[in-house]
Amino acid sequence: MKAFTYERARSPAEAAAAAAATPGAKFIAGGTNLLDLMKLQVETPAHLIDVNGLGLDKVEATPEGGLRVGALVRNTDLAADPRVRRDYAVLSRAILAGASGQLRNKATTGGNLLQRTRCPYFYDTNQACNKRRPGSGCSAIGGFSRPLAVVGASEECIATYPGDMAVAMRVLDAEVETVRPDGSTRVIPIAEFHRLPGDTPQVETTLAGGELITAVTLPRPVGGVQIYKKVRDRASYAFALVSVAAVVHRDGTGRVALGGVAHKPWRMEAAEAALPQGAKAVTARLLADAHPTTENRFKLPLAERTLAATLAEAKA
Amino acid sequence: MADAGDLELSRRGVLVASAASVAVSAVAAPKAQAQAPDKPSMAKVSFEVNGEPHALELDTRTTLLDALREHLHLTGSKKGCDHGQCGACTVMVGGRRINACLSLAVMHEGDRITTIEGLGSPEHLHPMQAAFVKHDGYQCGYCTPGQICSAVAVLGEIEAGVPSYVSADLTAPSTVTVDELRERMSGNICRCGAYSNIVEAITEVAQAPAAGAQA
Repeated sequence: MKAFTYERARSPAEAAAAAAATPGAKFIAGGTNLLDLMKLQVETPAHLIDVNGLGLDKVEATPEGGLRVGALVRNTDLAADPRVRRDYAVLSRAILAGASGQLRNKATTGGNLLQRTRCPYFYDTNQACNKRRPGSGCSAIGGFSRPLAVVGASEECIATYPGDMAVAMRVLDAEVETVRPDGSTRVIPIAEFHRLPGDTPQVETTLAGGELITAVTLPRPVGGVQIYKKVRDRASYAFALVSVAAVVHRDGTGRVALGGVAHKPWRMEAAEAALPQGAKAVTARLLADAHPTTENRFKLPLAERTLAATLAEAKA
Repeated sequence: MADAGDLELSRRGVLVASAASVAVSAVAAPKAQAQAPDKPSMAKVSFEVNGEPHALELDTRTTLLDALREHLHLTGSKKGCDHGQCGACTVMVGGRRINACLSLAVMHEGDRITTIEGLGSPEHLHPMQAAFVKHDGYQCGYCTPGQICSAVAVLGEIEAGVPSYVSADLTAPSTVTVDELRERMSGNICRCGAYSNIVEAITEVAQAPAAGAQA
């Protein structure tokens, strides 16, 4: 690990200002992904700003009938919150599908949104990776691509967004609240929060330099049967090959997002119109522009079948 | 003939020497995106471990695991993968289990930390330790301190109503079943494969009267 200086932030605005003013600064919350990457020198921050003491650790009801989840609410606490379990079950299920009990006790809502890809070439500093070192190339293309993206990728990067929580937040139309270095705040719809790689795969979100996530808001409960189904190489504690977050209503309409297939949670509202016709009709639209590799082509039928299983479970 | 103490010392010596050689090769490796300051940065932190207060001045890079093992010489918590994948370093902070390898020591100001040494002693085993012995919940024993810390915390989480991925009904109270224990313990890897005995040990402690009070 490279040496770094360390400070504890006293307010969200001060933290954002310090992050913008200090070269090589990064925020640290749970640290479960950042420290992993720092040990490998994939991340080499010169300065860490600890945001744990900022009081952003509450889940509160909003005047609109939804919930406001502080950026520092731990994964365990969000998944176990009685309101989330009752009204946003897909979110609770998605969080519980990820990582281990130890990691969920540390990992935060804001940090989870910002976790980096698990592309093996991103992790290996001896390999070319446009995300880790822009302009160096992409060793994953033509390499071991089984876990990587099948849709929305580019010639520069075929990494996936690895998380589960954000896939559920995408079907729930969550919004990300932030504070910027000048103290101003803004709200980013989750659909616009994560970016596709394009020719700048190192830019993963629409956050500006120094901008700090303060909360994630969930709109009023949408009802329906809520399911998160995750397919992976072992029964627990593994990243998704494909995952499905779904909200299915009695009349067959609903919402669907896929995890494990793209650089961001993959949802197309237009594809959801086909939900009453079944899984094949939905994934045909969702994955119409897919460009799989020979190694990850299996994700296309796997996505359809995982959605079919999800819809069957919703009807049962 | 070397007694057990000498053997212990020489084994530690080998480990220290191999750690040093890793450090040397890391320094010799080409610089990746060098922007970090070259000089170590020191910071002070105070926390309580197993009921005893400690004040340390540490390189900011020191993980909680290294602070416990190398600075406080509490070597019960083990370093396996050092990347949060194996769970050998599991300790409890404020009663919650975490991977001590993926947490900076300086981020634990004022925290109450419990390691395997704080759960029980050879003379007074924690019920979970006794159950692991009884059910043969280990073979080489390297993952065992993490398994036991995790297991004690798992029963606390079930008691507190924290659901898991395999809980059929998210709104119902959590129960102690084999499926639940296997899912909740998935962050603790045992390469000897003692899993079934570990599940038996945890199940026995869960069924004992006042099991929750032990956490």
